[in-house]
Amino acid sequence: MISVNRKGEVWVFAEQHNGQLEDTPIELLGKARRLADTLGVKLAATLLGDNVKELAIKLIHYGADKVYLVEHPLLQAYQTNSFAKVMSDLIGKYEPQIVLYGATITGRDLAPRIASATKAGLTADCTDLQIGDHTTVKDGKLYKSLLFQIRPAFGGNIIATIINLKRWPQMATVREGVMLPPEPDVTRRGEIITEKVKLNQQNLPLEILQEHKRPRKVDLKAARIIVAGGAGVGSKENFKLVWDLANCLGAAPAGSRAAVDLGFIDSDHQVGQTGTTVRPSLYIAVGISGAIQHQAGMSQSQKIIAINNDPDAPIFGIAHYKIIGDLNEVVPKMIKAIKSVSRGS
Amino acid sequence: MAYNCVVLIKQVPDTKRITGEVMNDDGTVRRSALPAIFNPEDLNALELALQIKDKFGGHITVITMGLPAAGAILRDSLFRGADDAILLTDPRCAASDTLATSYILSCAVKKIDYDIVLCGRQAIDGDTAQVGPQLAEKLGIPQITYVEQLIELSDRTITAQRNIGNGWQQVRTKLPVLLTVTSEANEPRVAAAKKIMKYKIALAPCETEQQLKTQNPTAAPEEIKALAARKSAELEQKGVLIKQWNLDFIKADLSWCGQSGSPTKVHRIQSVVLAAKESKNVEPNDQGISDMIHELIEDKIIA
Repeated sequence: MISVNRKGEVWVFAEQHNGQLEDTPIELLGKARRLADTLGVKLAATLLGDNVKELAIKLIHYGADKVYLVEHPLLQAYQTNSFAKVMSDLIGKYEPQIVLYGATITGRDLAPRIASATKAGLTADCTDLQIGDHTTVKDGKLYKSLLFQIRPAFGGNIIATIINLKRWPQMATVREGVMLPPEPDVTRRGEIITEKVKLNQQNLPLEILQEHKRPRKVDLKAARIIVAGGAGVGSKENFKLVWDLANCLGAAPAGSRAAVDLGFIDSDHQVGQTGTTVRPSLYIAVGISGAIQHQAGMSQSQKIIAINNDPDAPIFGIAHYKIIGDLNEVVPKMIKAIKSVSRGS
Repeated sequence: MAYNCVVLIKQVPDTKRITGEVMNDDGTVRRSALPAIFNPEDLNALELALQIKDKFGGHITVITMGLPAAGAILRDSLFRGADDAILLTDPRCAASDTLATSYILSCAVKKIDYDIVLCGRQAIDGDTAQVGPQLAEKLGIPQITYVEQLIELSDRTITAQRNIGNGWQQVRTKLPVLLTVTSEANEPRVAAAKKIMKYKIALAPCETEQQLKTQNPTAAPEEIKALAARKSAELEQKGVLIKQWNLDFIKADLSWCGQSGSPTKVHRIQSVVLAAKESKNVEPNDQGISDMIHELIEDKIIA
C-alpha cells in the first residue's frame, strides 16, 4: 500500500505474449492519456518480458510518455508470481497514482495478486474511467481528483462507481473492447527506463507444460456491421438467416449467449457481458430478447435494429429501429431490400 | 495418497434470473425478489474437490463468509459430499471489499490443514474473479486460475489445464495450491439421498438460535442461548454441527477487515434503466423495411 501521491504517474500494464502486444494496452493508453492530461502527470507503460524492447517504441507511439522496461529470461513467459513480484516492486519504487490492466484472463489473474501484495484496492472489469471529486457522507470531507472506476455489477443491473480515498495506487482492470484505441503517432518521442530485477526459480512455481492457441475465427471488435441472432432464431438450420443477412451486408455474424449455449453459433461469435463487447455502426439483433447481460456488450452501437415477435422484449428499449414481427419473414424482406438497392446503384 | 481440500463458497442473488417479474416499473431491479443461490462456479469447485476425494481420499471442508442465511449452501455442500462446513459470520465483516474478504478468508483457511484450496472462478453478483488470486497471495501459495480440467494429481504435484481465452495451457506445480474453477470443468453432482437424511438437521449455532427464537417468542435471551448451546452440542455429537467462526476465533486483525480493511469505496450506484431513446417502429412489411434500409444508406450507416 502506498499513500495518496498526487505527483504519481498514470500507469498501464502492457500485456504481451511472445513479443506480441495485446489490444488492451493500446485501448487503455488512449483513455489513460486523457486521465494523465487531466491530472497533469506523465503516462507510463510497464513492459515485462524478454527481448521486448521494440514494443516500447510502439507504446510511446500510442501515447506513453515513458516505458518502464523490464527484460529478463525468466519473464519470457507470463507467470502470475514472477510478474506480480516485478510489478509490486515497481509500484513500491515509483508510487504511481493509477495502475490500469486489461481485464483479459492474464490481467484478471495478475492484477488481484498485485493488489493483495501491495494491499491496494482493485476494481474489476471497468467499462469507463473518469477523474472526479468525492465528498464523504460522514464528515463532508472533500477528496479531489480521484479515479472514478465505473463498472457494471450485479449481473449488469447496476452501474457502480468505485473510488479509493486513502490507500493508493488506484487500480482497475478494464474490459476489453470498450475503450477506443488511439491512432499511433510515429513521431512521438518518449523515455525508456530500463529496470533491473532479480528473479530466481522460486518466483516461478509453475511449469508450463504445453499451450494450445487457436486463432479467433472472427474479429467482432473490428466489424462495422454485426448481425446477431438469439434463441428466437429457433434452430441451427434457421441460423442461416443470420449468416445470409450478414453476408449481403458484409457484416460479421454473431450470437447471444443463449444462441451459443444452444449450439447455433460458435462461442467466438458471442456478444455480451461474457462474450465480446462491440460498438459497430450498425447492430442488427435478430430474435434476441436483450437481457441486460447482452446489452452490456452491444448497447454502445451507433444504430441498433431489433427484430422480435415479442413487443415487450427488453431489446426494444435500446433499439433505434423496432421491428415487431416474425423474423422468418422480416429477415428475407431485409435481404431483398438490400439486394435491390445494391443492384440499383 | 489423500488430499485435504478447502472449498470456498458464496451465497449470491440469482442475477441470471432477471425477468420482467423482478423489474420495477422504472426499469430497475427488485433485488429482494431474486432467490439466493449457491454461486454456480463454486459448485464446480466443490465438484472438483469431490472428484479428488473420490479418487484419492481426503477431507473436504467448505467455508462461506456471509450472513446466517448462507447456512443453506453449507447444508447443500454436505448433501453433495463435503465432510465439514464452516459458517464464517460476523457483523464486522460487513462492507468488506475483495481485499478485506481475501484477508478474512486467509485467516480462516490458515486454521485448517489443507493441500488444495478451491474457489469458483467468479461470483455472479460481482463478477470480479479477484478473491481467489488475492487469497493465494495472502496464503503465499501458487494459484492456477480458470481451471477447466484436472489432468493429474500425484506425489504432491498437480497438473491442470486452464483456459487462456484463445486456447488452453497445461501447467504443473507442487502443492499446496489454490485453484479457481470454471463451469467447463465438470457437471456438479446432485445431492445424495443418504446424505440429505443425515445432514438435513445440520445447523450452525446462530441458525439454531434463530429457530428457537421463532419457536419461543416469549423466552428470555439467556434461556434461548442456553437452549441453543445444548442443541448445538447434540448436533456436534451426531456429527452434523455446522461450525460457526467469527473474527475473534480466526484471530483476524480488525483493521484489515470490513470497512477499515477495504481500500475501495462506493462513490455512487446507478440503476441501469432500460430507457427508450430516439426510436422508430418499422412495419414488418416490404415498404417499412425498404424505407429503413434507404434511411440507413442516407445516414451512411450502410455503405
